[in-house]
Parts: sequence; structure tokens; C-alpha cells
Amino acid sequence: MRDVAVVGFAQRQMPDFDGSPTCVEMLVPILAECYEQTGWTRRDVGFWCSGSSDYLAGRSFSFVQAVDAIGVTPPINESHVEMDLAWAMYEAWIKIQTGEVNTALVYAFGKSSAGVLRRTLALQLDPYTMTPLWPDTVSLAGLQARAGIDAGLWDERAMAEVAHRSLTDAEKNDHAIRKGGSSVADLLARPMYADPLRKHDCAPVTDGAAALVLAAGDRARDVRDRPAWITGLSHFVDSPGLGTRDLTRAPSAANAAARLDLDGVEVAELHAPFSHQELVLRRELGLADDVRINPSGGALAGNPMFSGGGIRIGETAQRIWSGEIGKGVGHATSGAALQQNLLCVLDADNGRVGA
Amino acid sequence: MSRTLSAPVTVAFDYTRSTGPVLGRFLTGLRDGVLVGARTSQGEVVVPPLEYDPVTHEQTADFVEVEPVGTVTSWSWVPEPVAGQPFDRPFAFALVTLDGATRPMLHAVDVASPAEIRTGMRVQVRWAEERVGHITDIACFEPEAGRDEGADGATELSRPGEADADGGFEAPFEARGLAPQDERSARTSTTEGDVTGVVTPVSLDYVYAASPEESTFYRGLDEGRILAQRCPTCDKVYVPPRSACPTDGTPTEGEVELSGLGTITTFCIVNVPFLGQKIAPPYVSAYVLLDGADIALLHLILGVPADEVRMGMRVEAVWKPREEWAYSLENIDHFAPTGDPDADYDTYQRHL
Ligand SMILES: [Zn+2]
Repeated sequence: MRDVAVVGFAQRQMPDFDGSPTCVEMLVPILAECYEQTGWTRRDVGFWCSGSSDYLAGRSFSFVQAVDAIGVTPPINESHVEMDLAWAMYEAWIKIQTGEVNTALVYAFGKSSAGVLRRTLALQLDPYTMTPLWPDTVSLAGLQARAGIDAGLWDERAMAEVAHRSLTDAEKNDHAIRKGGSSVADLLARPMYADPLRKHDCAPVTDGAAALVLAAGDRARDVRDRPAWITGLSHFVDSPGLGTRDLTRAPSAANAAARLDLDGVEVAELHAPFSHQELVLRRELGLADDVRINPSGGALAGNPMFSGGGIRIGETAQRIWSGEIGKGVGHATSGAALQQNLLCVLDADNGRVGA
Repeated sequence: MSRTLSAPVTVAFDYTRSTGPVLGRFLTGLRDGVLVGARTSQGEVVVPPLEYDPVTHEQTADFVEVEPVGTVTSWSWVPEPVAGQPFDRPFAFALVTLDGATRPMLHAVDVASPAEIRTGMRVQVRWAEERVGHITDIACFEPEAGRDEGADGATELSRPGEADADGGFEAPFEARGLAPQDERSARTSTTEGDVTGVVTPVSLDYVYAASPEESTFYRGLDEGRILAQRCPTCDKVYVPPRSACPTDGTPTEGEVELSGLGTITTFCIVNVPFLGQKIAPPYVSAYVLLDGADIALLHLILGVPADEVRMGMRVEAVWKPREEWAYSLENIDHFAPTGDPDADYDTYQRHL
């Protein structure tokens, strides 16, 4: 395996974006930040990969116009996934592992506010027996939250504690679009929205974009004194049928964790768009009590579709670059009720002596 | 004035899908008023049936008929229903484990408030008035009316196709008295053909925004002007303007106003009628490279017989009457020949 590190990260999060779903004008400054962080020009990028969704954009091939932002003449080495930035990063990591390229810039974007997000995402479900009922994201998360409450695994207070900690931590995050903790008691006094969920249990609808820069070996050392080496990367998927899963669990997250070394992780950035999902993930990853969860505020403070997962990896990488932590894990989810889960372990030490 | 122009857009499509033998069996059951699940190798009874066993990966073959009554195993209140959901008033989504099944299925429960539903509540199927072999043949679940709790387990079905012969579908319903007479007759009258496909309409509503640069372009058209922008890095002029130059990724800037004069770089004669066509064929659709631009516009060519249109022909914009203008490229009705000599190939060969 080649040593590959995250060496660049930029993001934008906003309640709504006054511009087209191609988000080109939002991507241009994000990519400029990546060039500035790395000292590269676009010619130094060996592979490009993007994540986005045509359903979110309401147009076909929505990623094609977005490539204007990266300059495609002469032709570049480029790919696209209809998924989160984290999976685009996974493709780029594999591309670097093949030895074909040494560097990659991955980006993702989405304008959630263009349609009714919780409705649009029903198109991720089984098209025969689920999508025709248009079960919205919030309702499906509510079924999951109640299953855990009924099973005695968590309660409304535990969910409010997650929201409170996230909103408090988000005060230190300039990119957060929702922030400011009051108290757990205050949160519990707020009205139910989609019983058993209150609005603060649900990530805000967020427009945005983000980019990550990957580099192998010496190319990474040239960019950063402390590159965030990717020492583990794993993803699994559970059944799309909610009835065949135990909704209080996320076996795919546990499977991904079982293949990684999470010992010594200081920070876990978990992509949990609903408060109880953080509790599910914490259990599935087997995280120790002293692991800091979502010091960025997490998805409850801002969850731009198709970049919210990759942002968790970028937030973790930044804490390694700065020397704040030595090891962390970034997590991304996709699909309904934690159906798909990706884990990326980042470490200041690439684990090789004299490498 | 907001930065961008926007307009509502609806994207709609009827998805037509073949169902295969397993989901087809389930949907045929719904049409006939019967709930069909399947047993997995681990002994679970799953409704709707899984097409393949999650452990052995064998195609599902062990079908099981379950009851149209069951127990709520989880639920979530829907305070603000979205388009397409089973109700346009507040309701609950629930996971319901049907009697005879071991795994729950997702559907709506028709209750008026969260106070009227709880985990463990007994519910029954309310069938749609017309059943066609679709998941919405189950209109919803509703609280069970005056029925004993705990109806017992799954009933084995005979092999596919034999159900009619041995009455396997009928017996359990008669035994428990669960099927109203009209539904049984509906079943018998429609069991000839199995459901092999479903049509699911999907319609999504968006507020579609143009980019700031496109907005400038459309605002210009509304004033009878054709506005382009220049790339500060490579000097190329784009019309309509784009947020970034695709050659080098630089944001475009420096508004450039173009005249309506240009050159046909390439064209096609449309002879084929199609749905939504506005002009009777044959007509000519062409790329027009406006003077001073580096990218061609696609537009209609009129005022010349189709077979006389050629590469290099000089054309000009013919605008609609001012009172018909809007934020649209259709403000230019078409392009027509100017009668000037053709442009030299050299002047447009790099823009083909
Ligand atoms: Zn340029």
C-alpha cells in the first residue's frame, strides 16, 4: 500500500445558496483555497473526482457543468460519483494506490434548498415498495429513534445532550449554520416536531460544497509538516429494506470499524444527521469514553448534502495538521437511517519506521 | 433586485419497472387482496419478500401468506406531509409486523394525532378502492376494530401457480373470517395474470436558479441586448456567460455586449417530428457564432429554404416584438441570412 495523506481541505455551508445547482461559483473559491494550501496549480493535480446528485439538482448530468470550475482544457483525468465527497475521496485513494497518479483533488456540492430535501431523498429507497409511499428522511429517522427509545437504548434526554453538545461546539466553527447551545432542559422543553424528533434532533437543510486534497508519500510531506496519513479506510452497506435491519444498530458501521485500528483515536467526527444516530455510531465503533465526538459541531450544525460526510474527514485532518491531535477518525453516511457507512482513520504517524 | 433569476421547475417522469418473479408475486397478491411474504433460510418471514436470501443468496422461493393485521413496532409522526405521501394531512409512518411475519414492513397509519398511536398497537390493512398491483394498493393501516389480539403464525403457500387449484389462498381467510366477500371475489376474478411490472410516477418540484452570470445574460435579453463575458486569463468570450472559464477555471468577468450578427458554423436539418415540437419540419437548427464570441449559440434559422443553409453563411438575430420579450433567449425569434458574402472558413474554423 502507498502512504496517502489528506493535505488540503476547504468548505462552504449555508442555509441557501443564491445561485444555480451547478454551484460553479461556489466551487471556484474553494478550489482556490486548496491551491493556496498546497502551493499547487491545477496542473499538479493528477486525478479529479466529484460527488453530487442529479436528483438534488433537478437536472441530468449536473456534474458536467461543475467541471468548468476546474478547467478541463486540455483534457484532465476526472471521475464522478453520485455520492458524498467521502466516497469520491475513496475512489481517489484507490486511484493513487494503483500508482497511476500521486495527487488528487476531490470535491462535492449540492443545493439542498432547490427542492424539498426530505422528499427528494425518498428516491434513494427501494423503488418498488418504498419510494411510491414517499417516506421522507425525517420520518425514517424518527422510526429509528423510536426503535432505540422503545428498546431502552437511549431516551429523549440522551438525544438532547447530543444536540446541546453539538450546538455548543459549533460556536467555535465559522462554517456552522446552526449553533449556540442553551441547555438540555431548554431543548427538552421545545415542542415535538416529527414525534419522537424535535427540530434540533434533525440536521438543518444546508447548501454547500467542500474539497479534499490527497497526496502520496513525499508529495504529501512537501505540502504539510504533519500530513494526515490515511491509515485505514473501510466502507460497508446494509440492506435498503428497513424491515430487515435492526434499526437500533448499524452493522455496516460495525463491520467497517472491525477492519480498522481505532485504538488511540482522540477525535471522531461522526456524520450523524440525526441526534440519535450519533449514539448508534458511537456504540458500533466501540469508541472509548474519552474520545471527543464532533468537536466541529457535526452534521447537526450544518449538513450540506453530498459533502457533509467528506467534511467530517476534512475537520479531522485539520486537527492533525495543527498538532492538536495525533489520530482521529472521520465517518460518512449515506442512504436512509445509516444504511451506508464509511470510516477513514487519519494519523500523524504513517506507521512506518524511517518512511 | 436579487442576485439571480429563478423560476419554479417541475421534473416529472413515470418510471416503468419490471418486477421479476418475487416482487411480482407480492404485487399480484396485493392486487388480489392477499399479503405474500417469503421465508428466508434463517426462518425469518419477510414482507415484502426479499428477492434473494441474504445468507445463501438463492432466489426466494418459499412464499408465505400472512395476515392483513399486525402490530406496530415503531412509528414516527408526520406533521407536515410532502407531496405523494399517502395522506395530505398529518399521519404516522410505521413499521408494522403482520401476523405471520417476523419482520416489519413500512406503511402509513391513519390516525389523527400522535396520541392515537403507540408501539405495540394492533392495526389492520385498509385496502385501496381500486387495486392494480402496487404498494399503494394498501391505502394505509388503521387501528384494528374489535379483533382478538395475537392471531397465529404464517400459513404455508403451495408452489407458485398451484394456489388456485388447491384453494391455498382461500382457506386461511375463510378460517379466520378476515376477507370481506367483495375482496375474495376480486381475487378470483383477477388471478389469471400475474403482475409483471409497475409504473411509479415521480414528480419533483424545484426552484431553479440561474447562475449570476446567466442571470446577467437573461436580464440583458429582456432589454434587447446580448451580453457575454470575457475570461481574464485566456481572453475567450462566452455567451451565454459561464461562472468559470472551462479552459482554465478562472471566473469570467468584464461584460461584453455582442451584436446580433454572426456566422453559421454548423447546422442540422430537422426532418423528424417529435413530441413537443413547436415548428413543422423541415427546419434548420444551427450553431451561430456571434461576432466577437468564442462559443456558438444554438438557434433556429428561418428566411431561407433549408437546403440553402450552409456553413459560413452570415446571419442576424430577428427579435420578436418588444411587448413579447421576457427573460428568455426566445426573445430572438430566429436568425435570418443577412445576404452578405459568406465568412472565410479561417474566421470560424477554431470554433467548430
Ligand atoms: Zn479562460
